[in-house]
Amino acid sequence: MSVTILIPTALRSFVDRKSEVEVEGGTVSEALASLATQYPDLKHQIYEDDVKLRGFVNVFVEGTNIKKLNGLETALAEGATVMLVPAIAGGC
Amino acid sequence: MLKLTRQIEEAIRKAGADAYPNECCGILFGKEDGDDHVVTSLRAIENARESGEQYHRFLITAEDMMQAELEARKLGLEIVGFYHSHPDHPARPSDYDREHALPFYSYIILRVAEGKSEQMTSWRLQLSRDAFDSESFVVEP
Repeated sequence: MSVTILIPTALRSFVDRKSEVEVEGGTVSEALASLATQYPDLKHQIYEDDVKLRGFVNVFVEGTNIKKLNGLETALAEGATVMLVPAIAGGC
Repeated sequence: MLKLTRQIEEAIRKAGADAYPNECCGILFGKEDGDDHVVTSLRAIENARESGEQYHRFLITAEDMMQAELEARKLGLEIVGFYHSHPDHPARPSDYDREHALPFYSYIILRVAEGKSEQMTSWRLQLSRDAFDSESFVVEP
C-alpha cells in the first residue's frame, strides 16, 4: 500500500528537506515505521521509544485526527494522505 | 534572522493588546531564505486553553495546525513560526515555552504591560532543546 506522508516544516531537515514522502504501509503504524526506517534521524524526533509517538506529534489521515479513528492501527487505503502535525503551546 | 513587515508587526501588537489580560497566539506564514525566515502573512488563532488559564498559557490545537499546514501548502508558503504574548511578563521564553517548542520555528514573544504592547522579541530553540537562542529581526516597510 503506497501512501503519502506530509512533513511539517520543523521536521523537513530530517527528511532531506522534502515536504512529502511516499512510503509503504497498510496502517498508520506501518507507514510511520517505514518513514522512520528511511530516515533514521527522524525516528528520534517523532518517537519516544520504538512504538510510542512523542506527545507533540499528531497524525491526521485524510484530514481526520487518528485519535478519532483507530489510533496508530488506523487502516490506510492505497494513495492515502497522512499528515504529521505538531501541537503548539507555550506561555509565560 | 526573522524578517517581517511593519503591517505584520502592528497586527501582532494589536492582537496582544486586544487579548490582554490573556495571551494571544497565531501562526507565521512565509518562506525560508537561507537561514532566515521571511514572514509574508499571519493567521490569528483563538487561544484554545481553558479560559481560566489563558492569562499565562496558549494552545494551538492540532486541528488548527492541520488547517494551517494545508493553507500554507495551497499558497506555496511554509509555516515558519508562531507568535504569542506575555501579559505583564518579560518578552523572553519561559521554561514552559521551551518544554513545548520545536527547533526550526521562529517564536515571536510580545510583552504586553497593562494592556499596552511593549518589547517584541524572537527566539529559536536549540536542537538540543536545552535553551532558546535570541533571533534578531528586522521590520521592513
